[in-house]
Amino acid sequence: MSSDQVSSEKLPVTVLTGYLGAGKTTLLNRILSEPHGKKYAVIVNEFGEIGIDNELVVGADEEVFEMNNGCICCTVRGDLIRIIEGLMRRKGKFDAIIVETTGLADPAPVAQTFFVDENVGRKTRLDAVVTVADAKWLKDRLKDAPEAKNQIAFADVILLNKIDRVTPAELREVEARIRAINPYAKLHKTERSQIALSEILGRNAFDLDRILDIEPEFLNTGDGHDHDHDHGHDHGHDHHHDHGGLKHYHDEDMQSVSLNTDKPLSPDKFFPWVQKLVAEDGPAILRCKGILNFKDDPDRFVFQGVHMILDGDHQRAWKDGEKRNSRLVFIGRNLPEEKIRSGFETCVA
Amino acid sequence: MADTPTNAAPNTPSVVERTRAIAAGAPVVAAHFLGRTAALVLGEEAVLLVPDKGDEQRIALHGGGILSAATDGITVVTGGDDGKVFSTDAKGERRLVATDSKRRWIDQVAAGSDGMVAWSAGKTAFVQSGKGEPKSLDVPSTVGGLAFAPKGVRLAVAHYNGVTLWFPNAQAAPEVLEWKGSHHHVAFSANGQFLVTAMQEPTLHGWRVVDAKHMRMSGYSARVRSFGWTVGGKWLATSGSEQLVLWPFQGKDGPMGKQPKMFAAFAVRVTAVACHPKQEVVAVGYADGTVLLVRIDDGAEVLGKKPGAGPVAALGWDSAGTLLAFGTEAGEAGVIDLG
Repeated sequence: MSSDQVSSEKLPVTVLTGYLGAGKTTLLNRILSEPHGKKYAVIVNEFGEIGIDNELVVGADEEVFEMNNGCICCTVRGDLIRIIEGLMRRKGKFDAIIVETTGLADPAPVAQTFFVDENVGRKTRLDAVVTVADAKWLKDRLKDAPEAKNQIAFADVILLNKIDRVTPAELREVEARIRAINPYAKLHKTERSQIALSEILGRNAFDLDRILDIEPEFLNTGDGHDHDHDHGHDHGHDHHHDHGGLKHYHDEDMQSVSLNTDKPLSPDKFFPWVQKLVAEDGPAILRCKGILNFKDDPDRFVFQGVHMILDGDHQRAWKDGEKRNSRLVFIGRNLPEEKIRSGFETCVA
Repeated sequence: MADTPTNAAPNTPSVVERTRAIAAGAPVVAAHFLGRTAALVLGEEAVLLVPDKGDEQRIALHGGGILSAATDGITVVTGGDDGKVFSTDAKGERRLVATDSKRRWIDQVAAGSDGMVAWSAGKTAFVQSGKGEPKSLDVPSTVGGLAFAPKGVRLAVAHYNGVTLWFPNAQAAPEVLEWKGSHHHVAFSANGQFLVTAMQEPTLHGWRVVDAKHMRMSGYSARVRSFGWTVGGKWLATSGSEQLVLWPFQGKDGPMGKQPKMFAAFAVRVTAVACHPKQEVVAVGYADGTVLLVRIDDGAEVLGKKPGAGPVAALGWDSAGTLLAFGTEAGEAGVIDLG
């Protein structure tokens, strides 16, 4: 069996986070009841909230276990390992898995489970972290609840929900607050969690092959799909952060650092640097991803990480006429920006 | 290491032709013997009974996935995601042992002497002996493994940060053997002196039961999912590496300060082991579907099954050691008659 076959057989897992009352349960009920022709196994933290009797709905206690692997921020969800192994006994009975977390949950242990547990990683793949946020209350939660901020920072897709409860000015304000923390997630504005399910499921956000572009989302206009991005930034902006009319905020403690260079990098310098960086500052780095242009290497190298865990591979050959540059982004809490920037500069070949 | 073949050497003696192939039709998750009848536990719904003479019988049990299985040699006990525990004998007579009141998953089961059965749902372990109501014990986190001590009524309950040893018929508070981390599969040595768990990390942890002295067995490339002692308890045979790893348990200190023996190196991992009940021989299953029989004395290898689809997930000997049942994640299965 080739590795390609194995990966195509892996079941996608979507992680659904969001602070209490944001609309996660409404969204889950929609996923379970709409006639989309797919079957989802759903791992919920609170049995009974889901109004639908379904044998593929599994209750979970969020058991966060520390790993004794020398990685101080490495935690996994023990219950998830057990439940996913159990669900795999019924492989073929469903198309994908959705993991709902409690409002107070940190998404990192969930994501790390897919990289740390070999059996889980062999049979399933993390598809995306989807965060539902309440347009009216998110601003307050970002001030008083570190969990809410983590969930926004970690997200690949954000549903800014209940937009009917706020004025256009309030909506712009909360959107700017989100962008201050996470400029890279896909943001959808919704009422009653109304969204095409294709926008939240099957995103391949953790697939190295799909790290197509890591330009900030808000640079895109319209409903830009992934395949539009390649054009989007070639004309229009110059890779400088244009905030598209949004008011600019700096979040006090959660931010992103993006790096960009046209100079080819040396793999012999880059890998030791990034490994040392995540070893020292991994607890602060929630997520990172990058597309790298190594000297004398015909292929693009892509990588991503969660805290101290890094995952990377050669992706494909640079195309003729494609602009060869290296782009990285780190999202985290109190990131040592100057250290990251100066360290990255030393990686030039 | 000099040479890691991807496959058994071409001149390896073989018992493959002594195999009765079984069309399991589903992934096999455990293989046990009830006398001379093999019980192949499937990933969903049923147990396949394969008598040494006569036709196979598919016994429908659970309304969903089968999460765990254990045997006392007379019945096979299964726990399912339908919240039920069944006990099934060689004739196919099934008995519903318990139904979880909240229809929670039955994650773990264990079979003890005199028909005693243990199971767990979430953080609660249950024991039933005789016809009485089951007794229960709550532990701090979800139960990762259950095992009865070889003598007496004592149950080991593995969980996060250790193992709880519980006498369900006694008033005494359970004893806790602590070790940081998440503990899964748990087993006592046949003499009851040692207790070993497979951890979430690629390592085994052991305790000498009498004084809770620790033993760490590490160096694996993956989580150890299968282990067991050889007859007489001299060696602990383990999966989780690209070779059969055997830890010496001859002395009173177990493997402390000693090196493991290693045999049958492959390019792929050992995924299942089963120790012969009479001789120091281990059946070793690999991720590519190969089964080898390895003699510990001299490392001699005999091919039991050629590579196929899916990793070997289940291996089991009958009590005489003449029949070996196997099953793979892809549903390949068979019984090898060595008699």
